[in-house]
Amino acid sequence: MVFEKIAEMIAEKMDCEVSAVTADSKFNEMGIDSLDFMEMLMQLEEEFGIEIDMGEEKLETVGQLVALIEAKQA
Amino acid sequence: MRRVVVTGMGAITPVGNTVAEFWDALVNGKNGIAEITRFDASENKYRLAAEVKNFDPLQYMDKVTSRKTDRFSQYALAAAQEAMDDSGLEGKIDKEELGVYFGSGIGGFETFCQSFEVMQEKGPRKVSPMFIPKMIQNIGAGNIAIRFDAEGPCIAFSTACATGTTAIGEAYRAILCGDATAVICGGSEAAITPLAVAGFGACMALSASEDPNTASLPFDKRRGGFVMGEGAGALILEEMEHAKQRGAKIYAEVVGYGSTCDAYHMTAPHPEAIASAKSIEKAAKGLEGLAPEKIYYNAHGTGTAMNDKTETLALKKAVGEDAARKLHISSTKSMTGHMLGAAGAVEAIAAILAMKNGVVPPTINLLEADEDCDLNYTPNTAQKAEINGAMSASLGFGGHNACVAFRKVEEA
Repeated sequence: MVFEKIAEMIAEKMDCEVSAVTADSKFNEMGIDSLDFMEMLMQLEEEFGIEIDMGEEKLETVGQLVALIEAKQA
Repeated sequence: MRRVVVTGMGAITPVGNTVAEFWDALVNGKNGIAEITRFDASENKYRLAAEVKNFDPLQYMDKVTSRKTDRFSQYALAAAQEAMDDSGLEGKIDKEELGVYFGSGIGGFETFCQSFEVMQEKGPRKVSPMFIPKMIQNIGAGNIAIRFDAEGPCIAFSTACATGTTAIGEAYRAILCGDATAVICGGSEAAITPLAVAGFGACMALSASEDPNTASLPFDKRRGGFVMGEGAGALILEEMEHAKQRGAKIYAEVVGYGSTCDAYHMTAPHPEAIASAKSIEKAAKGLEGLAPEKIYYNAHGTGTAMNDKTETLALKKAVGEDAARKLHISSTKSMTGHMLGAAGAVEAIAAILAMKNGVVPPTINLLEADEDCDLNYTPNTAQKAEINGAMSASLGFGGHNACVAFRKVEEA
């Protein structure tokens, strides 16, 4: 559920196929810069009704972001 | 002594989204003014604007770029793309030798307003990280530099309604002094927003007419203010030998530039037109030896009571009353509205094409003479004329005056 939402968001944002996004996909390799990343976190906060500390440990992959959000939801 | 020529042009305007469409509209007297569609202005005092029509950013950039750019940057990128394609310069110049001198009067006004609303409704945590990089006034220039890999000087001028002309004049100087071999220059604006219309209206600068044909009335006795326009104009200025060596098409030579300030009032022009006359006089030095009958002056001609009267006086002071009477003059703002920071750039294009095509575009809807505006403003219909020199002047809030001059280049 969280993964699907993020994959959808990235596909929309970066104009690529949803299927191109996997748990191992690295943000920088997908062309997602720090501005895109911050924007995505804000959208995810809205989507899942959570708060993410913008200074949280460096996330490199989609899987890491999914884990972070799932932990917040728990 | 280096010389500077124009080798490419691009335009996004209320009367056409290419230079060819823009020119065709001007010579046919097409009016780009209509009811505002960008937002609901039906209850407003000021309901008309000259909007760009049928603009699709995806025609000029990918989806990701379009999402990360304000409308003013999109217009800038689109005009720059047409100008670069037209010039054939891409890939034929060292990247350190290519500059970008591109301004905007205001910047990302829509983005500013939308982001402010988000903050008011949802709090500061919800302000997008794209807000600042989309909105800042220099980002049109920055985006053009990124697109064309231009590592030379990149400067975003902001001299209000004189912005486009200032950018062209400063680009000309940059090439003359060897700072760059070619410069993508011009201006863009996209400020048709409720807040900007309210603000310019409060300055008593806008026409409150409800009829598009009695709204933008430069040099007409009935004039009551300008009509907000938007869009972008881009020119490729290039060092002449570089242009010749690569066999580029040459539209005109840039031969003069004057930049002064009224230093008088934030919005009103100096009634004696001393500094504005000086800027025109400086630019006109480049046209020495040409008969005034062979010169076209594209006026700032906003259609405000003060501008058109003082600009007429400035022109007389700059070139002498006799010569001023012989010039071909028009205000294309009668058709495009006032494109603010983009105005000077598209008007320079109009001036260059008037010379190249031997046709002076008209001041449309000019029906009632005003004793303070008594020159030949080419009323209502385009005039065929041999034009060997052209000027384009812009006079902005803050007292900024700028004028550029062009000469015909004989075919080799």
